[in-house]
Amino acid sequence: MFGDYSIGDLGSIFVMQGFAGLILFSVYVLMALGLAIIFGQMGVINMAHGEFMILGAYVTWMTSNAFQHYLPSLFSGYFFLAMLLAFLVSGALGMLVEWVLIRHLYKRPLDTLLATWGLSLILQQTYRSVFGAREVGVELPQWMLGSLKVTDSIEVPINGVFVMGLTVLITVVVSYVLYKSRWGRQVRAVVQNRIMAGAVGINTEKVDRYTFGLGCGIAGVAGSAFTMIGSTGPTSGQLYIVDTFLVVVFGGAASLLGTIASAFSISQTQSTLEFFTSGSMAKVLTLLAVVGILMLRPQGLFALKVRK
Amino acid sequence: MLIGHQPKPFLLAVEALTVSFDGFKAVNNLSFYVEENEIRVIIGPNGAGKTTVLDLICGKTKATSGSIQFRGKELTKLKENQIVQTGVGRKFQTPSVFEDLTVFENLEISYPRGRTVFGSLAFQRDDAVKQRVEEVAEMIFLKDRLDTYADQLSHGQKQWLEIGMLLIQDPELLMLDEPVAGMSVSERAKTAELLNRIIKDRSVLVIEHDMKFVEDIAHKVTVLHQGQILSEGTMEKVKNDPKVIEVYLGH
Amino acid sequence: MIINSRFFNRSELIGFVALALVLLVILPLSLDVFRLNLVAKYLTYAFVAIGLVLCWGYGGILSLGQGVFFGLGGYCMAMFLKLEASSVENTKIQSTPGIPDFMDWNQITALPLFWQPFHSLTFTVLAIILVPGLFALIIGTAMFKRRVGGTYFAIITQAVAAILTILIVGQQGYTGGINGMTDLRTLKGWDIRPDHAKIVLYFFEVFLLFGCIFIAQFIRLTKLGRILVAMREQEDRVRFSGYSVANFKIFAFCMAAIFAAIGGAMFALNVGFMSPSFVGIVPSIEMVIYTAVGGRMSIFGAVWGALLVNFAKTGLSESFPQLWLFGLGALFIAVVLAFPNGLSGIWADYVQPRIDRLLASRKSKSGAWADNSVADGAPAE
Ligand SMILES: Nc1ncnc2c1ncn2[C@@H]1O[C@H](COP(=O)(O)OP(=O)(O)O)[C@@H](O)[C@H]1O
Ligand SMILES: [Mg+2]
Repeated sequence: MFGDYSIGDLGSIFVMQGFAGLILFSVYVLMALGLAIIFGQMGVINMAHGEFMILGAYVTWMTSNAFQHYLPSLFSGYFFLAMLLAFLVSGALGMLVEWVLIRHLYKRPLDTLLATWGLSLILQQTYRSVFGAREVGVELPQWMLGSLKVTDSIEVPINGVFVMGLTVLITVVVSYVLYKSRWGRQVRAVVQNRIMAGAVGINTEKVDRYTFGLGCGIAGVAGSAFTMIGSTGPTSGQLYIVDTFLVVVFGGAASLLGTIASAFSISQTQSTLEFFTSGSMAKVLTLLAVVGILMLRPQGLFALKVRK
Repeated sequence: MLIGHQPKPFLLAVEALTVSFDGFKAVNNLSFYVEENEIRVIIGPNGAGKTTVLDLICGKTKATSGSIQFRGKELTKLKENQIVQTGVGRKFQTPSVFEDLTVFENLEISYPRGRTVFGSLAFQRDDAVKQRVEEVAEMIFLKDRLDTYADQLSHGQKQWLEIGMLLIQDPELLMLDEPVAGMSVSERAKTAELLNRIIKDRSVLVIEHDMKFVEDIAHKVTVLHQGQILSEGTMEKVKNDPKVIEVYLGH
Repeated sequence: MIINSRFFNRSELIGFVALALVLLVILPLSLDVFRLNLVAKYLTYAFVAIGLVLCWGYGGILSLGQGVFFGLGGYCMAMFLKLEASSVENTKIQSTPGIPDFMDWNQITALPLFWQPFHSLTFTVLAIILVPGLFALIIGTAMFKRRVGGTYFAIITQAVAAILTILIVGQQGYTGGINGMTDLRTLKGWDIRPDHAKIVLYFFEVFLLFGCIFIAQFIRLTKLGRILVAMREQEDRVRFSGYSVANFKIFAFCMAAIFAAIGGAMFALNVGFMSPSFVGIVPSIEMVIYTAVGGRMSIFGAVWGALLVNFAKTGLSESFPQLWLFGLGALFIAVVLAFPNGLSGIWADYVQPRIDRLLASRKSKSGAWADNSVADGAPAE
């Protein structure tokens, strides 16, 4: 399939597709970060994760509408507020869901999966009833629309750069929170031994609730970023859920670095393949490769040895 | 008296066994030998690596290096179920029985026949099975509870049931991890009696903290400390070993 | 073959008689052919649900990819029917007569090699069992031999469902794409579309279903059934009792796959088409909910679950399409949180004891035995 292209052609194809892949990578990373916290740290399979992301996207859309109507002068900066709101709204819903649903199911991971699937159906229908079945698009402020000329032949869109910068920032913050802060230590203590953690005075219920909330909040931010590259509909989140789970599992569920590396390799493979075959075949080949590798190496790419 | 006198072959020969968890050597260059019909007790402080040694022998944990020979067969290369089939039985520290099945069914599953998929489809609950199950149930004091679901049993009864599940396998090497821990005084006495009965005609490897119990049954004692052997020999010898005294009194 | 205990205990016998009565007498007498055909469609999911009882309820292996096997079975059947419907005579207006219409639309000029054997009904029937069976064997071996289970397994099977759907939709020249294989007409010359054929197919399906129920019940009663339960609770204890846990899981998964495939094949026959919308993530997880609603530990419960959820779906989504998704979502949550053993659990916990008490009191009052007064139409464990 490479036969028709010269070496030079191939080089620029890889650069261009590589950049397209980087945006996909950012969304994957943001989605997967939240999931890595919830699944990797808590062991909960949240099938409604995509719906939490879409909630963030809808919040962003509403914020942008509100600014257009009431504060057009500040429109250029609305995105920052929107992201914060997306984080808070998704996070708050996440905490509510943890309280109502998840906390009863920590011992039954497969049942959590089913219950959160039920939740995802309810959320999808809620979005459809509230926002309508049609997909909505967010209008970006002027400064995000242009592109940066890096060299003569390579141009990169500003919103892509913005999304990536954002991803890096959030990743750094999340890693800090998880690995360096006192709270992160508590989270890991609870994960490793709930009873002991409780015995040494950690409020495990509170840790669970905030961890779940944080994961959902990050999904909300991912949704915010998502509005820049795709339009938002009630079921848009579902399209990403399998991919994101594979990203997390492929990276080795407990490792953030693994999650990032795996998001990178999956998104790059897919967008590179996309150039050579149809989009659907690219996706099939990528997923097949991931599933194939997972069968050979079920612990994922970067798993630690853990005690069973 | 004969020229080619051969030393009696060991039933179990553990040599230079090491396992490392992310650099931490839970068992470090360990060697010991168990003879036929020997009752060996392993003692040692918490975290010494006792459970890990049993895990290594029965295949639950893979060794980093070293060898485990059982009747001349290398166990480190076998899968768990193959190790069981060569004649090694293992009881876990926490009782692990099948709570959704009855006592009878628990024992029946452990009966060494029909262990493949299709073998288990064709398995018949014939007289030989029933007889053997009843025999073992009698030994483990559960004869009149054959139809009880295992989740109804007390902690001690579950421990007995698990011992019964091993007995029915009739292993040549029986490994028991703290069999009387968490039992009431009367249950302890009964268990000692049970163990004394079942350890005939086989080798046994027991981990236990109850010194009185150890003294009663052990032929030889191995003291583990930080993954290595601190002392080995008769109870009398071990008890008076200054290194052992230091470790036990020093913490 | 059946070891000293009875094949069905009392309440299972009641469950079986009730089911047979409903499926063989009550529904055929009370429904028109259109509705009866709908029931036939729902029952195809009952095959999947029975497989899930073995694999998930007993073995603890949750597969979120049963649609894959349903689809493979269905597509095998549909390929045979499609080939028969695409005779040279029927397709003479095409630019290449004698191949399925969707191939012609996609500029394919010869029947692809992998389609060729589906001219033979014997091959097709074998393929319906063997293709999904072997596929499950490969996935199961790869996963279970490496001790992958639980949530990981669920996610991987879900990914497989996603892959197969994308593949079917993408390769429309070979598969019919998003529309699937439509316009299936005859089976060995026998028209499957008219009313009387639908009725024959319905009864054929019900008997096939009973066959699968018997097989599942047989497996459940053997030692293998007990090993599955044992494995679900204490995998290590089973392993250290000398069993290869992986092999038993593979077996349960393959059986579930084969049951699902039979359901899929019956779907193609009864409904007259097959499409990727019965393969992917959403249908696969819906199949799990049928089992969960009926009771993951109950073979009969699974059948009732498939029937009732689908009746509710048709009823609700015809009149209040929005309510349906809310209802389905709430059903998932309610079953998981409040009724983990589904309808059969409710039956066993609440209904059965009342009936027993009622019978006992009547017995003691009159001295007459009233053992055969059966509440019909109700699921039993
Ligand atoms: N799978 C494992 N991964 C990491 N550490 C382990 C593992 N198994 C045992 N250990 C460690 O090895 C040491 C010995 O444990 P163990 O054999 O259970 O001791 P004990 O002598 O009390 O039975 C402990 O420090 C334990 O934390
Ligand atoms: Mg121990």
